[in-house]
Amino acid sequence: MAIGTRISRRKALTIGAAAGALPLVHIRTAAAAGKVSVGFWDHWVPAGNGIMKKQVDAWAAKNKVEVTADFITSVGNKNLMTIAAEAQARTGHDIEAFPTWEVHNHSQSLEPMDDVMKELTGKYGPANAVCEYLSKIKGQWMAVPSSSGTQTKPACGRISAFKKAGMDPTTTYPAKEVPTGEGADWTYDKLLALGPSMKQQNLPYGIGLGQTSDSVDFAGGVFAAFGATLVDKAGNITVKTDPVRQVLDYYKKLTPFLAPDTLSYDDASNNRALISGKSSLIFNPPSAWAVATRDAPQVAADSWTFPSPAGPKGRFIPYLPYFWGVWNFSRNKTAAKELITYLMERPQVEARANAVSGYDIPPFDSMDDFPIWSEVEPPKGTVYNYPIRKWHGSTPHVTAQEASPDVAVQMYNQAVHTVMIAKYCFQNQSMEQVLAWANNEIEGYMR
Amino acid sequence: MADGTSVPLGISAGRRHARPRPGGVTRLLRRRSTIAFLMASPLLLLILGLMVFPTCYAIYLSLLNRHLTGWEGLSNYSFLLRRDTFRMVIWQSLFFAGTAVVAKAFLGFVLAHLMNNIPGKRQRIWRGLLLVPWVIPEALSVLGWWWMFDPSYSAFNWVLTHLGLAPVAWLGSGWIARICTVVVNTWYGTPFFMIMYLAALKSVPETLYEAASIDGATWIQRMRFVTLPLMRNIISITMLFSLIVTLADFDVVRILTAGGPQNQTHIFPTYAFNVGIESGDIPLGAATSLFMLPILAVVAFFTLRGVNRRTKETAA
Repeated sequence: MAIGTRISRRKALTIGAAAGALPLVHIRTAAAAGKVSVGFWDHWVPAGNGIMKKQVDAWAAKNKVEVTADFITSVGNKNLMTIAAEAQARTGHDIEAFPTWEVHNHSQSLEPMDDVMKELTGKYGPANAVCEYLSKIKGQWMAVPSSSGTQTKPACGRISAFKKAGMDPTTTYPAKEVPTGEGADWTYDKLLALGPSMKQQNLPYGIGLGQTSDSVDFAGGVFAAFGATLVDKAGNITVKTDPVRQVLDYYKKLTPFLAPDTLSYDDASNNRALISGKSSLIFNPPSAWAVATRDAPQVAADSWTFPSPAGPKGRFIPYLPYFWGVWNFSRNKTAAKELITYLMERPQVEARANAVSGYDIPPFDSMDDFPIWSEVEPPKGTVYNYPIRKWHGSTPHVTAQEASPDVAVQMYNQAVHTVMIAKYCFQNQSMEQVLAWANNEIEGYMR
Repeated sequence: MADGTSVPLGISAGRRHARPRPGGVTRLLRRRSTIAFLMASPLLLLILGLMVFPTCYAIYLSLLNRHLTGWEGLSNYSFLLRRDTFRMVIWQSLFFAGTAVVAKAFLGFVLAHLMNNIPGKRQRIWRGLLLVPWVIPEALSVLGWWWMFDPSYSAFNWVLTHLGLAPVAWLGSGWIARICTVVVNTWYGTPFFMIMYLAALKSVPETLYEAASIDGATWIQRMRFVTLPLMRNIISITMLFSLIVTLADFDVVRILTAGGPQNQTHIFPTYAFNVGIESGDIPLGAATSLFMLPILAVVAFFTLRGVNRRTKETAA
């Protein structure tokens, strides 16, 4: 019988009216404002993911947005693979964490973030120049510089070894504000001058000439400090210049004081060199020190982080930012932007910095006063100079930034700087052969 | 003939009038070739999805410009061929794959013979032990090798130092690093050759060896006139298969050297990853990886032609 299931005219009108009124009632569920999925960087420091999840959950609960957070490792470049795959497939997370060069590589698939940056810079001042170089494209911010994963790579030296060699980094760069210019004599010449003593102490410099990030970042800082650019602002190749020759000659003098395995260094080699007590100096974020506090406490207690040396043209600190971008194929751009804004507000940035013992560097100078960098120990204040302080007289820098980003990314990832040095210092190639090789390579990147 | 299209006579005769004649679709579904196609279709779909589509997509990508916005034709390929670094990559890929495949084939051949001469249960034990390198996930075993090669903390250098010798920069010196990558790949891949050759050896009729012995054949003559001719096909196929896998062996080079020092150990897949994913030039990376295709196609053509010819000769 069909009588029981038949809908009367009156009943149909009632259902229709109820359905029409439903939006007015606006029942707020956990996902009332939609869903957002985020691909965060999987933090080296385990507590980094926990605090991030906590902050995201708090925001999600408050704003009734269902947020899914994935933590994608950079080990094996899995994050790069994920980014490339999502950009190709035009689906995936709404928000993605982009390491150094990836904003430029995928800018055509990203949503402009000027509105978010306007709000953040209005509150906290401008982001630093490297962030702008890497993320502001054709006048538009295509991603927001994040603190999570953002790092500098200053010097981290063994205090005792430096004292024996005649320099005390804890007094040159103490854990407090000092007059600008205090460390003026900490130069690349000084680095060279301390070399024989370090060699005598059997503690060579843990500076790599491999083809991975740490080696390339340090070499880029030396090139910049000597005013050696491989490309000028107009896009002309400037490999065959005196400053470039000076850098190569400088490295030839420096290589006797480097670790014997410098050519095969990867991004973990310098960490291991410091932790195992086989090196007096590395250039790295405090991750090596952090591991040493667990595995080699005596090494950790003897380590001090301080700025890179200066060269004739200044002091340049490698600075590698992470960014948070929103794909232009995201289905919930508004919520995604609100979440990013919330995560980059001072209280959240500070809480995350505290959780990771100061590893994360905020992109805004106004946030460089978090107490965490003074408090971390042993020894107390060891990472105080890890963020770039105004009185350091330092410039944040990313290797090859003199070139346009689409050329620079290739110079960086194909390690032109360190390969030049290795060819000149270890393969016995002449200066002119090396310069010709670099010239040819960079010509190719400009196609 | 039971070809799937006919119906047993006794049954069909009794019901011819009661049952309507099957429709076109039913008849199509009853055909043996249709059933075969349907049963093979999951595999065909996998091949289409995981091999044909990615290959075609890679070819399409390799013809685009860096920003994937415009057609570039073959300029990515011609650009690569003009680069010193890429020419070195071609050379290194051929050196790596060539030496590693020959070394694996030789060692596998020797081991298979040694194994074949071990009697009964002990052979099974040795066979199991020698298969271990091939069974361990490659990335893990290469990490083990990397620890042994590590110049500062390696087991090899520890031994050298204790023998009063100077430590060696295993992964920091061009030729040594190249040879290290070949050694590790050989270590990993030899068991595959060994097991294939052992299977082939076991299929050689014992009577042929007995006949050769009665004719007074020496060990070398038995090898040359009995073993090798009967193993030629399996040797060819194994080497072809190994060449394909070795040329695309990303793990060994990526983990051991990441292409260094000074790009000297890059092979096609690692260089493709470097320019495509790390440097953000996906079309150039696709073009790099596709350079393997013509090399492998030529080798596969000649190898398979040889195998077919020998098979026909044997059948005739």
